Amino acid sequence: MKYMLMAYVNEAGWPKMTKAEQEQGMAAYMAYGEAMTKAGVLLGSNRLQPSSAATTVRAANGKSQVLDGPYVDSKEQLGGYFLIDVADLDAAISWASRCPAAGHGVVEVRPIWGMQA
Amino acid sequence: MSYPEFDARAHRTADAVARRSYGKLVAFLAARTRDVAAAEDALSEAFAAALADWPRNGCPSNPEAWLLTVARRKAIDMARGRRRHEIAGEQLRVMAEGLDAAAAESEIPDQRLALMFACAHPAIDAAIRAPLILQVVLGLDAAMIASAFLTSPAAMGKRLVRAKDKIRQAGIPFRIPEREELPVRLDTVLAAIYAAFTEGWTDPGGTDVVRRDLTEESFFLARLAVELLPEEPEALGLLALMLHAEARRRARRSEDGEYVPLAEQDPALWDLQMIDEAEALLLRASGLGVIGRYQLEGALQSAHIHRCRTGRSNWVEVVRFYDALFALAGSPVVAINRALAIAEVHGASAALAAMPDVAADVRLAEYQPYWAARAELLTKTGAHDEARRAYEIAIGLERNPAVRRFLQKRLSALAL
Repeated sequence: MKYMLMAYVNEAGWPKMTKAEQEQGMAAYMAYGEAMTKAGVLLGSNRLQPSSAATTVRAANGKSQVLDGPYVDSKEQLGGYFLIDVADLDAAISWASRCPAAGHGVVEVRPIWGMQA
Repeated sequence: MSYPEFDARAHRTADAVARRSYGKLVAFLAARTRDVAAAEDALSEAFAAALADWPRNGCPSNPEAWLLTVARRKAIDMARGRRRHEIAGEQLRVMAEGLDAAAAESEIPDQRLALMFACAHPAIDAAIRAPLILQVVLGLDAAMIASAFLTSPAAMGKRLVRAKDKIRQAGIPFRIPEREELPVRLDTVLAAIYAAFTEGWTDPGGTDVVRRDLTEESFFLARLAVELLPEEPEALGLLALMLHAEARRRARRSEDGEYVPLAEQDPALWDLQMIDEAEALLLRASGLGVIGRYQLEGALQSAHIHRCRTGRSNWVEVVRFYDALFALAGSPVVAINRALAIAEVHGASAALAAMPDVAADVRLAEYQPYWAARAELLTKTGAHDEARRAYEIAIGLERNPAVRRFLQKRLSALAL
């Protein structure tokens, strides 16, 4: 089954880190992606720009409305995602628990709407 | 043989198969598709077909296999009927594979444990795990489960449907977890079985048919867990704990229905066979070398029973067990019982100091045993005004009339 692992992290944390800490953090994510690729489970992944770069669009009654900022105003924001293909939820949870984001934020595991959904 | 007699025999066979094989058939049907609801629907149609067919054509030699074959055909029909072609196509392929597999096996493999692990998966809401197991493994209907868990049938039905959808959509596996994660995952299964048992246990008189049945069903599940995992000490511990509690059921109420606390119970009313079985299970569990919550609770029951039978105080030992239990599973409930044991060794003031703090855990404010324990300890220290207030709160929180009367008696004894 395909799952999206969504990393929700506190964006305020990143700029406060030292250069060395940021490098260490990046390395952890690189290693994580590498491990997923080696295991043959990774379909795709991306890191997102902070939510300050987000724009929210809504088209109600044929009239589109564009707003500055993310949809949900919370401390933890979607910071990136990993799309994986694994046997079942246990395998997905197992990968999610290894994600560096699970250590400093939360990782939401969502099945992709596919054949079995 | 006359028709009505024949009819009755077909019904009896169907009932017996349902009781023994329902969960096995659901587990087998749903294991590949993970669609528990579809498996249940197919199986219920198969049972209906059996009740129409068996009285006419006689009971089949292997009723379980007969039901499985019909249920599979029904499941395929149902999948065909669905509009979502590609989904049905995928399910048909999986089911057709299963049909071949089933034809090749004379014995249906028992995947009930895997089904229980799916129902008690951490991704399933903890409160619905026990009801879900009762429904899918034992075939109890939502109305009966709702009544045992004090909710409306509609609400219970909705939550059960949602949980089954979650299993299917989220891809929760039907599998016995790997060695390293087994203890944690087994814990959620055992907790669900224990929750079913304690719901049944709240009616010690056994007058409420629904709850009495629930006790029997939870024993069935606990025995099943032991049978399928004979080397897991906590599964043995849970069964031992349940047997110990059940052994004293008759002694917990006087002839006129009044609540009798453990210290005042007549040991002659205890079921010795159950106690012996519980002791043997605890011994077996201790030989496996891993201590756990249920073994400790079982050992505590055992210690209480030993004291009542021999008249020899063993409160120091009991406090030690509670210390271990508190370190392992430090719930307020454990803390309250530990405090009551401390009262027997070090006195009521020490016990009051060991009680959990209601300010630290607001749930205690609505927990009857907390107030009843406090009232008892305050009475012993001579703080009668405070004790009276605590008894009043305890009485107001209790839902069982016999326990309420017992507490009222304690309160009026205080007033004299």
